Amino acid sequence: MALDKQQLVEMYRRMCRIRYFEEAVIEIHSSGELIGPAHPYIGEEAVAVGACAALRDTDRIAGNHRSHGHPIAKGGDVNRAMAEILGKVDGFCKGKGGSMHLADFSIGILGESGIVASSVPIATGAALAAKLSKQDFVSLVFFGDGASNQGACHESMNMAALWDLPVIFMCENNGYAITTSYKNSVSVDHVSDRASAYGMPGVLVDGQDAIAVWEATNEAVRRARAGEGPTLIEAMTYRYEDHSLGLDKIRKSEYRSQEEVDEARTRDPLPIHRSAMITHGFATEAECDEIEATVQTEIDGAIEFARNSPFPKPEDLYDDMWATPV
Amino acid sequence: MATKTYIQAIAEATIEEMERDKAVFTMGEDLRQSVYGATAGLVERFGEDRVLDTPLSENGFFGAALGASLCGMRPIVETVTSFLWVGMDQLISQASKMRYMFGGQAELPVTFRVRMFYARGAAAHHSDRNYPVFMNTPGLKIICPTNAYDAKGLMKTAVRDNDVCLLFEDGIALSSRMEVPDNDDLPDGELLVPFGVANIVQPGSDVTIVGIAGGVQHAIDAAKVLEAEGVSAEIIDPRTLVPLDTDTILKSVAKTGRLVVVDPAHKMCSAGSEIAAIVAQEGFWDLQAPIQVVASEQINVPYSPALEPLIYPTPEKVVAAIRTVLD
Ligand SMILES: Cc1ncc(C[n+]2csc(CCOP(=O)(O)OP(=O)(O)O)c2C)c(N)n1
Ligand SMILES: [Mg+2]
Repeated sequence: MALDKQQLVEMYRRMCRIRYFEEAVIEIHSSGELIGPAHPYIGEEAVAVGACAALRDTDRIAGNHRSHGHPIAKGGDVNRAMAEILGKVDGFCKGKGGSMHLADFSIGILGESGIVASSVPIATGAALAAKLSKQDFVSLVFFGDGASNQGACHESMNMAALWDLPVIFMCENNGYAITTSYKNSVSVDHVSDRASAYGMPGVLVDGQDAIAVWEATNEAVRRARAGEGPTLIEAMTYRYEDHSLGLDKIRKSEYRSQEEVDEARTRDPLPIHRSAMITHGFATEAECDEIEATVQTEIDGAIEFARNSPFPKPEDLYDDMWATPV
Repeated sequence: MATKTYIQAIAEATIEEMERDKAVFTMGEDLRQSVYGATAGLVERFGEDRVLDTPLSENGFFGAALGASLCGMRPIVETVTSFLWVGMDQLISQASKMRYMFGGQAELPVTFRVRMFYARGAAAHHSDRNYPVFMNTPGLKIICPTNAYDAKGLMKTAVRDNDVCLLFEDGIALSSRMEVPDNDDLPDGELLVPFGVANIVQPGSDVTIVGIAGGVQHAIDAAKVLEAEGVSAEIIDPRTLVPLDTDTILKSVAKTGRLVVVDPAHKMCSAGSEIAAIVAQEGFWDLQAPIQVVASEQINVPYSPALEPLIYPTPEKVVAAIRTVLD
């Protein structure tokens, strides 16, 4: 199976959506309208979009603190995402979760976790449910190179392989966990090398190329749906911005060089996808410009929507704690 | 004497203890780039072996610190309250129990420096004030410095102590600045604050306010408001929760007859509720009014700036509690 024009265009649309959304968040943060941490996904868009392009609405995803790209790639509404980040009632979680905890269960987004690697077992459990209840869905979890060192990650991979669970472990290897480099924190050359230790396929893919990520994920999803078990995919990518908004005091020049950042920026996933579509005749320059303009308008609308949405009321504080209130 | 911030005080204590004793080393995430502010320059000064940047593996490196401590090392581990959850097995099953379980053979001189961020829009996964959880576990010493002086003195005592110490660095106190004597100015040449000795922040006669961590500042602010109305509040900062200086608290209540405890942790089974229970049991006949505990609401920390500030103690809530006990 190959991607058709409509899918390729939709992937580009979603990549632009993430990029412009994140640019808006950065602007809002610098104006002081947003006080908490927020982790920009800029530079990594092809991973979430390529992966989610291989999924159905009924498939489940879970993710981490770098959380805006995953739900948008899965089809999450940008208005509600932005409202959540501003702590408003129309947000996905009514303002209770915020930037690090976007979730929309109605389209299979089981939530982003601020505690690193904490959602890897959750996604594994979702796959367990699919298997036990014989439901036709798969589960995919986004986690970082840093997260790959947590026990929760290793334990999940073992269980998933042991029980042939329909789960895809999608490692976004952007080379760093805050300031700690991959080589100073992982004992093997690639996270995907570890797959063999669990008896599952490990796939290394160019995370700047959405089509390549789609191909790898599509095969992993096929395996999962066929009952052949989990796959570990490692997408090589790069974070263009600071680790987190508000953490710019980190001695950033010392943990990665400006040359390295500039070099990574030459492999921007948006132009890579755009020119691939144009080269292969799936879209024209004008069509791509048109998508970009439409998405920009959409994001402007999301900011407007979020700003106009009311804050939760004090009496909402104790709502949503229990299924059966105590 | 120079004024220093809380973080500078912690950094100074770390450097002094590492210089004094080769067995002392630091480990944690992103120490070399000093992401949390207290470890700048350490690697340049002491080298990579004594300033370890760990992988993101809290249960693993907490345990490795404990293991190293059994064999003569004295690790200082840096982490954040909410990341303690990931290392709970090592903290509870090993750190708190090994010495007793092994009949006193184990010596565990590990200091966990635990940054406690809250009230700044970081949502439920990054806002834990969880020292009471560890008070409920025998075998761990719980240190809550609330100013730069105590931060330095208690930190140095913790590093020299042969038990596992959890030192909680309160996000509210972090930005505070005060005079911290240089070693040359001190008779013993060192600033060491003993465990189990409360600090009487200000003497008073009408009401005792015990403040924990960031609660001390709220107590001070509230006392100022009521001072104008002629209320004399005695403010006590226990400084360490395990061991707890119950004598100082009970003596104060014997004098004032009234107790308000201010604790940023969730109210149920908090440090505040424990102190209230102790005073109710041992100081009951001194009390002239029911004890008031001003603690955080029993709800997870909401993200929205419209909700989060509602859950924590504030000077206004402390003032209201004081009025209640004076009524
Ligand atoms: C258990 C835990 N430890 C530490 C942190 C602090 N922290 C937040 S993000 C991060 C780095 C994560 O790196 P990685 O998994 O590679 O994801 P990336 O940020 O690079 O996308 C750290 C250490 C945390 N949130 N949770
Ligand atoms: Mg990373």
